[in-house]
Parts: sequence; C-alpha cells; structure tokens
Amino acid sequence: MSRPEDTLPPDLFYNDSESRKYTTSSRIQHIQSNMTHRALSLLSLTHPSLILDIGCGSGLSGEILSSPDPDTPGGPHIWIGMDISASMLAVALEKEVEGDLFLADAGQGVPFRPGTFDAAISISAVQWLCNAETSDESPAGRLSRFFAGLYGSLRRGGRAVCQFYPKNDEQKKMISSAAVRAGFGAGLLEDDPGTKSAKTYLVLTVGGGQLDG
Amino acid sequence: MKILTLNFLTCARKACKAEPAAFPLHPRDAELEIVEAELNTEFLRNVLPRVEWEALRVVTEELGLPSLPNVAPEPDAIFPAASTAAAATANETPANPAPTQLLQDLHHLLLETTILSGKLVCGNCGHEYAVKEGIANFLLPSHLV
Ligand SMILES: [Zn+2]
Repeated sequence: MSRPEDTLPPDLFYNDSESRKYTTSSRIQHIQSNMTHRALSLLSLTHPSLILDIGCGSGLSGEILSSPDPDTPGGPHIWIGMDISASMLAVALEKEVEGDLFLADAGQGVPFRPGTFDAAISISAVQWLCNAETSDESPAGRLSRFFAGLYGSLRRGGRAVCQFYPKNDEQKKMISSAAVRAGFGAGLLEDDPGTKSAKTYLVLTVGGGQLDG
Repeated sequence: MKILTLNFLTCARKACKAEPAAFPLHPRDAELEIVEAELNTEFLRNVLPRVEWEALRVVTEELGLPSLPNVAPEPDAIFPAASTAAAATANETPANPAPTQLLQDLHHLLLETTILSGKLVCGNCGHEYAVKEGIANFLLPSHLV
C-alpha cells in the first residue's frame, strides 16, 4: 500500500469521499482517539486551556479536547484547528464541532500572535509537511516555517505534542531537528516500537515555564 | 469564528510579521451569529490576561457591537475573590457562586459571538481573508508566503 502523502498533496488526497471514509471508519476513529488521549497525557494540562490543533481534519481530536474533566484532563479546553483540506473541514462543520476552523497550510506558518496558545496538538499530520509540491517550496523550508510559527504562537512554558508517521529514520530526524532549530526543547517518544502499530510522538517544550504565573 | 480567536489572529504574510498595523485584522461585511456555549469560568480566568483589550475594542466597534470601556476590567471585578477562596477550601465539589454580569458579558462577547461570513482585512498589506460558514481561508498564494 502506498503512503497517501507519496501520491497526492493532502488537499487533493482528502477529497470529499476520502474525508468521509477517514471520518467514518471506526478503526481509524479508535486509533485517532487513543493517540489524542496519549498526546493529552503528555501535555499534562491541569486547567481549561487554549489549544491549537494542527491538521485538525474533521475534528476527531477536537471533540476530545472539548470534553470535560476527567475524560479530558484539565478540560473542557477551547481549541482552534487548522487544516489544508476543505473537505475535511466540511465534515467538521457538519458535526458542529466547538473549535474554530481555519483552512490553512501549516507549512506556510502559524498566523497567531506571540504567546497565544497554552498548548498545541497534532495527530498524524506533520509528515505531510515533508511534501514540497512546487519548485519554490522545499520540505526544509516548510518545516522551518511551521515550527518557527508554532514556537512563536505558544506561551512560555507551553507544550506541543505532534504524533506523526515518519517514512523512515531520516525523515524522523529531519522533523525533530527542524523543531530544535526553531527553539524547542524536543524529545521523541515511540509507543510499540518495531511493530506495525508503532507510534511516534514528538514532545516539544518552550522554555521559561518557571517564569509563568 | 469566535471574537476571542480574532483577538489572537494576525496576517499570515511574512512581510507583516513584525508590523503593528497587521494586528488586529479588521472585519468587513461581517455577518455575525450567536452560538450558545457553556460558561467556562476557569478558561476565561486563564485566557483573559492574554486578550489585547485595545484590539478587542477596535474590533467590537467595527462590528457595531456595544462599546467596551477604555480600560480592561480588573480581574477582581470579573472574578470576585470569594469564589476562589470558596473553591480552594471547599471539600466537596467547589460551589461556584453565581458568575458576575461582567463575566457573563465577556463570555458572550468572546466565546458566543462569532463571525459567520465576511472578510478579515490586514491593516498593513491590505490582504483580505475570506470567512465562509465560519471558516477563515488563510491559504496564501506561494509568492506571498
Ligand atoms: Zn498583511
């Protein structure tokens, strides 16, 4: 099976029928929900927070973020989602998710003022940034704009957790070193390593948390 | 899009990053919708210190909403001290006293008042971001990135 990001850019891949398939598959929903809960546990939020969801898709993670404590630690959170696929966002709209939705390409940056978010979450999206569709874009440039924008938009002491599917070790390294260059403290965590269901989480921290009130 | 979100949003163009005129984005031809949401006192307590009051004043004025005071209200006026003390000492589920009118008004303005459609215009470069069905389109043509 070919990886979707090798065939088409995400806005083309997740057309209406693919978006619906993705959103209604209970297996995918289950995996996505588990990964969101895992990411939330790594964020360790203790009170209702403002959260950015990068690659929010149809809002599967967002619905969890909007749930109250104790299902969602520290919740209910208020979230803002970005996605490059209009079809995915259309499904989110139909579901009347509570977060605000943006049609935006994270590879172009994160258009929020400094210190906006308490935290950010990204489930199965960051590997898409390694695609460069046109001659004036490179994966390195897209990753650097994304992580620089994310870093700037988080509060001091803020955290981001990005679960992604690296194509290989080289890509894993390219992604995490782009985050470090943007200023993040970064750690890679792998669940079920070496198995077909291996999950990679990039845990990012913005320094200066001790200065936070 | 919630008015709260607009208070954090900037122009996506690189050339506008450090320009004061690029924030806040200015709503044009905006159609508003009130979407009821449950009051989340602890969220507001967390986020209000980050809200740029002057930008909020500008935007509400442009949207034709009731004018806000010149200066942001003091936290004590929004969250009476009694509520924090009670929540901290109560053994059972903290019995939250009735929220102040000010808190309810801020909740209504920031989290229940939304832009359903229209445009958001950058005061620096003039770029217009379309909002349709509440979703803002921030995709830039590659020469503007
Ligand atoms: Zn601009």
